[in-house]
Amino acid sequence: MQVYLPIAETSVNAFTLLGVGGGVGMLSGMFGVGGGFLITPLLFFIGVPPTVAVATGVNQVVASSISGVLAHLKRKTVDLQMGTVLLIGGLIGSLIGIWFFNLMSRLGQIDLIVQLSYVLFLGIIGGLMLQESLRALIRSKNPSAPKRKLHKHYWLHNLPFKMKFRTSGLYISVFPPLLVGMGVGVLAAIMGVGGGFIMVPAMIYLLGMPTKVVIGTSLFQITFVAAFTTMMHAVTNHSVDVMLAIFLILGGVVGAQIGTRVGLKLKAEQLRIALALLVLAVCGKIAFDLLWPPAELYSVTVLGRF
Amino acid sequence: MRVLLILWLGLLALPLRAEEVIAGLSQRSVALTVNFEGSEILIYGAVRREEPLPDDSDLNVIITIEGPPQTTVVWRKARRLGIWVNTDRQDIRAAPSFYAVATTGPLREILSQDADLTHRISTRLAIFEARGAADPMERASFTEALIRVREGQGLYQQHDGGIDLERETLFSTRLTLPKTIVEGRYAARILLLRDGEVIDEVETFIDVRKAFLEHWLTNLAYEQPFLYGSLALFLAVFFGWGASALFRLMRN
Repeated sequence: MQVYLPIAETSVNAFTLLGVGGGVGMLSGMFGVGGGFLITPLLFFIGVPPTVAVATGVNQVVASSISGVLAHLKRKTVDLQMGTVLLIGGLIGSLIGIWFFNLMSRLGQIDLIVQLSYVLFLGIIGGLMLQESLRALIRSKNPSAPKRKLHKHYWLHNLPFKMKFRTSGLYISVFPPLLVGMGVGVLAAIMGVGGGFIMVPAMIYLLGMPTKVVIGTSLFQITFVAAFTTMMHAVTNHSVDVMLAIFLILGGVVGAQIGTRVGLKLKAEQLRIALALLVLAVCGKIAFDLLWPPAELYSVTVLGRF
Repeated sequence: MRVLLILWLGLLALPLRAEEVIAGLSQRSVALTVNFEGSEILIYGAVRREEPLPDDSDLNVIITIEGPPQTTVVWRKARRLGIWVNTDRQDIRAAPSFYAVATTGPLREILSQDADLTHRISTRLAIFEARGAADPMERASFTEALIRVREGQGLYQQHDGGIDLERETLFSTRLTLPKTIVEGRYAARILLLRDGEVIDEVETFIDVRKAFLEHWLTNLAYEQPFLYGSLALFLAVFFGWGASALFRLMRN
């Protein structure tokens, strides 16, 4: 069954879309990742224009993080103060990202920019994940290995405008969280991702936040930044495809439910290695397309379309 | 076939004038619905004439379908720092979003160059390049690339010999509109030729419209982007939160 996407102005197989949404949803249920960083490149592969894929991907992020953030708010595992600072940074970053995205669109280089950012970030994440999970695998076989020390103080924390973050038990400058939030906002606008994969490690290792509030606080920031970015893409590019989003969201919510249950029964370390390899494979495919001489040197863009 | 026969019989009854073409389409509107997978259009017609068939020349028919014109840019990639990047561009003032040519024989043989220039029949002549600094050879290579790319997507088609002509009177052909066509008015031209010259021409239109929901969504996206964005967010929140609430209910 084909679905006509009114904004992308093409039709795609409905089951492919549900499969992409469901598959990524399953992964996000299993690993607690948003999965935006997989949805957007998978959409490129099935022929959705990158501009539409990014804007719709970020809309899907809202759907996949909303129920999580509500659950965390109920459990009071959200540092609202920290979340607000991260959010302010995120909104600024999103504005910068949207501006850059539209500039590159006009110059005809947006596809390249999106692909390059994916190669870079998927490469880094996949590499780090693989390294981390291999190390964890070795550690689980050799439990006497030393543990890493958490919560160090860097010079960054001692910048001016210090602020007390009660829930996290931190007294640090507002600049590091602002910058972290901003970086994530830029990524949301350009790549159509939530950015949890960058923010969560940054919150733990850079800001030194306690792990129990990290997920809830990052989801809090992601939900609002993704919503804001969706709106900005809709207003400036008209590139959010609601029809596409619905299929991805429906596939995603069902997939996430299955993933959560499957994830409980499987071994975390092996799964993590599999996810790392998948991320690296997607990265490799995009890199290959950029490096390999294309079959057709010419491409066509239509003014006002994607 | 019955339609053709009735058409033909009808012609016999009419007072005869010059050699004229009469044509019909299997459909005059195409709706881009949720499950749109492309559409096939049957174009048929007949020739009515006052004199007996001349023996010294062959009758030929050309049918073109032209989608709404678009301002486009053709990019060429080159290797920069190891990766393939769009480097050169050529603006195209107007290129049809869809262009199909079907003929009864090889286009170059049945159509004189002059007639092609006057009636703009071949795909190359349906495209209007913008004037630029690039030399004409360069410009031509970009336009040819545009045709090649769109032929690959089924948006530009050339079917030499794609029209069946029976007894120099009845003709028909089928043209496929691919799933990637855009909205708008598509002009179908039916041209009658003898000795490379166009002796008669009729034009008719096919309306390609998005179906109600798709049309409404596109309009909203472009004319009320803030409302559209709010709708997108509402749906995301509704389905994202609603579905997990539903699953929680089911589990309890």
